[in-house]
Amino acid sequence: MLIAAAAAVLVSMALALARAFLGPRLYNRILAINTFGTKTVLFIAVLGVISGRPYLFEIALLYALVNFVTTVAVLRLTHLDELLVGMDEEEAR
Amino acid sequence: MTISLILDVVTGALLLGGCVLVISGGVGLLRFPDFYSRTHAASLTDTAGAGLVILGLLLQADGPESVIRLVLIMFFMMLTGPTAAHALAQAARRDGERAVLDGRAAEGPADGPAADGPAADDEGRP
Repeated sequence: MLIAAAAAVLVSMALALARAFLGPRLYNRILAINTFGTKTVLFIAVLGVISGRPYLFEIALLYALVNFVTTVAVLRLTHLDELLVGMDEEEAR
Repeated sequence: MTISLILDVVTGALLLGGCVLVISGGVGLLRFPDFYSRTHAASLTDTAGAGLVILGLLLQADGPESVIRLVLIMFFMMLTGPTAAHALAQAARRDGERAVLDGRAAEGPADGPAADGPAADDEGRP
């Protein structure tokens, strides 16, 4: 049962990774990588119950938080050009 | 004995529902025609599928420390998943990502992203 759940999460991770490789532009790839990270959290949590090691839950919790911060940071970096252009215009004035 | 059996059955049902949602979210992420509908599929997986799977794992946890950690994981995933999806969709709309309806591009603002973004910004922040 738990192993079937882990296999299902792995299949979904493979699908998300395929979208990350196929994605037409930047935002499809960011979305796929975000979903991939979420499913990695699920996989680590299922693995922690299967192997009976509770410290894997802490790794999953850390991975969830780092995944969110990474997504927001990458979204901030996509607009870095606009920010730099705005700063240059302000300096020119 | 019977309590453990009931817990196993409820865990199986929750894990089955979560796995159906997770796999359908993955298939939708791969097969939907559009960025925004893919956002829908991924966000569904992030909240409902992950919540059901972790609820199923919660019934199999041994000891209070595992329960506390799993509840924290579920809480933070419920908090960060929709936030990340919202930020992603908003940034994509600001960059002029088009929706696809009925197999063709939607009749959006014809001026493109450069004219659309600042106008939406001015309306959004009075």
